[in-house]
Amino acid sequence: MPQITYRQALNDAFSEEIERDPDVFLMGEEVAEYNGAYKVTEGLWTKYGDKRVIDAPISEAGFIGLAVGASMMGLRPVVELMFYSFAYVAWDQMINNAATVRYMSGGQTNCPLVIRGPANGGTNVGSTHSHTPENMCANHPGVKVCYPATAYDAKGMMKSAIRDNDPVFFMESTVLYGDLWEVPEEEYLIPLGRAHVKREGADVSIIAHGGAVITSLKAAEYLTAEHDIDVEVVDLRSIRPLDEETILNSVKKTNRVVLVEENKPFCGVDAQVAATISDKAFDYLDAPIKRVSSLDAPQIYSMPLEKEQIPTVERITQKVLEIC
Amino acid sequence: MSKKKEFTGEKREVMSPPARDKSHAKAEINASMTKEDKVKILTDMVRIRRFEQAALQQYQKGKMGGFLHLYIGQEATAVGTISLCGEHDHVITAYRDHGHALSVGMTMNECMAELFGKFTGCSKGKGGSMHYFAPDKNFWGGHGIVGGQTPLGAGLAFALKYKELTGCCLCYLGDGAINQGAFHESLNLASLWDLPVIYIIENNGYSMGTSQRRSSAHPPEGLAPRAEGYNMEWDMVNGEDIYETRAKTQVAIERAHQESRPTLLEIATYRYYGHSIADANHQKYRTKEEIEKYKKLHDPIEVWKETLFEEKVITEEEAKSIDQAAKEEAASSVEFAEQSPFPPKEEIFTDIYWEVDNNTEAGQTGRHFFND
Repeated sequence: MPQITYRQALNDAFSEEIERDPDVFLMGEEVAEYNGAYKVTEGLWTKYGDKRVIDAPISEAGFIGLAVGASMMGLRPVVELMFYSFAYVAWDQMINNAATVRYMSGGQTNCPLVIRGPANGGTNVGSTHSHTPENMCANHPGVKVCYPATAYDAKGMMKSAIRDNDPVFFMESTVLYGDLWEVPEEEYLIPLGRAHVKREGADVSIIAHGGAVITSLKAAEYLTAEHDIDVEVVDLRSIRPLDEETILNSVKKTNRVVLVEENKPFCGVDAQVAATISDKAFDYLDAPIKRVSSLDAPQIYSMPLEKEQIPTVERITQKVLEIC
Repeated sequence: MSKKKEFTGEKREVMSPPARDKSHAKAEINASMTKEDKVKILTDMVRIRRFEQAALQQYQKGKMGGFLHLYIGQEATAVGTISLCGEHDHVITAYRDHGHALSVGMTMNECMAELFGKFTGCSKGKGGSMHYFAPDKNFWGGHGIVGGQTPLGAGLAFALKYKELTGCCLCYLGDGAINQGAFHESLNLASLWDLPVIYIIENNGYSMGTSQRRSSAHPPEGLAPRAEGYNMEWDMVNGEDIYETRAKTQVAIERAHQESRPTLLEIATYRYYGHSIADANHQKYRTKEEIEKYKKLHDPIEVWKETLFEEKVITEEEAKSIDQAAKEEAASSVEFAEQSPFPPKEEIFTDIYWEVDNNTEAGQTGRHFFND
């Protein structure tokens, strides 16, 4: 099977969906002529032209709101936030409009919209460009939130997101964009709302999403090699809808769980996951639920310290050893 | 020299509308009106007023909660502009939306029932006064956040252009919304991308309880010239006059249809009630004298009625029977709302996700909601 980058997988998903459906178009800052600030949309403007790949001014509330309006009329905009941190200037459009318009119209209006972009720290760009708002987004019924960790998942989930009839807030990672993964050439879709067991194991479950999945897989290798602990790694992939079944099955199998995310801990995604496990699998637990999140401070600029702020193999290992 | 001026609470000025220019009656779009067209305009305005008066009564009786932003006094704006809409012309507005809803052809029953929070309401009781919708009538809401609908209006126009349809979007906002960032971003996008959208500022003089003078910096002519900064055409309209409203809006619609260019219109109007019914101070930030002056001299329904009498389009008797019919229709909508059921409890979880409502495989997983 050919190997392609996470970035290329997304690019391929856009190409395929643009060709499949004339209502699909890409919009965002620098997505067209400049080829994308992170080159995720590279070559698409040349290939599909001004109608399908549109450069927007630096005006997130304006063009995201415009995309909401266009989606209400049946178009399928795929809008890029150069950083998901910029969602905050478009928050009114994303939450008051995209998330609620279907409900407030009594189901008369759909909003088939994808808002995508990188939502990660770890690149020494300071706090304003390092937010991970998946927890905040997922707090709003009406939107879907997902965060793939691999190229294979990114492509299959992006294609599903574009075809979805509700707004999907699709988080990516600049750290993961260059990672190579096997991706089949033939078309496939990955339904939103399904977690994936990335590594099977018997002793402890690590449940993660986004970049934390990759760190957790490395920690799992280390724990097996150095401590003979058989670690299972579950990738949530989708935050809302949340695949409780896969989470609970893993916990019931291993009886121990460490939750890992690059989100900040307070009301993070894993607070919801922990509550679910405690409520629905308490009797299967042989140890308290442990969490590893980004250290609870605004994202620091300084490189060596930021490396420590985001969950590391060492911190994950330490938490696993506390309960195994 | 300091330009700083202390606010001293000086005597409030009494607002006045611009002078009426009767020559607009001769504009082609008005000269071609039939008797029926003219009577329909009156009927639609009277229906809005009678509907809202009935709604106000019911609000005061405690039949509904929340906010009720009345349109009374501004009727000519929605009715006059929407009377020009064709097959591919679309409407979106803010929270003072009852007038636009009735103008696009929504029924008093579905509108009143929505206020009551009933299942028969236009949004099944999920939206309330500020969130009426009727996409089947090209009406896209009813939006609660000041200025929040303005990018959506650009988006509706964008979709028309994308689909290569000859149409436009009338996007209404209040004078208070012109200082929101989203509005400026929308004007920029509309002009930059040649979108067929007409932004209509319904200027009733007060951004909630703050007068225009105390809330907006603008050129001496008014608010609409701000459009010049975005290389956009603009115009000012006396909103008590149906002929002027239609004539000037028609110019903007033709610009949208033929050149795919946006326009910013400022329509001078006046609301008789407060910002919402919860606004107990509406006689403090403006004078009683001002309110009375508008009711007496500038009421859009009275002005139009006089025009129709002068033109001998209708008699006083006919005008009375239009009013009587609207009153009865409003009373009957109250009856309808009273008798309608509230939404069943399971309705809390419908109309959130398409796939859940449509019972698809993914929608049946039970993974969408997180309850105890």
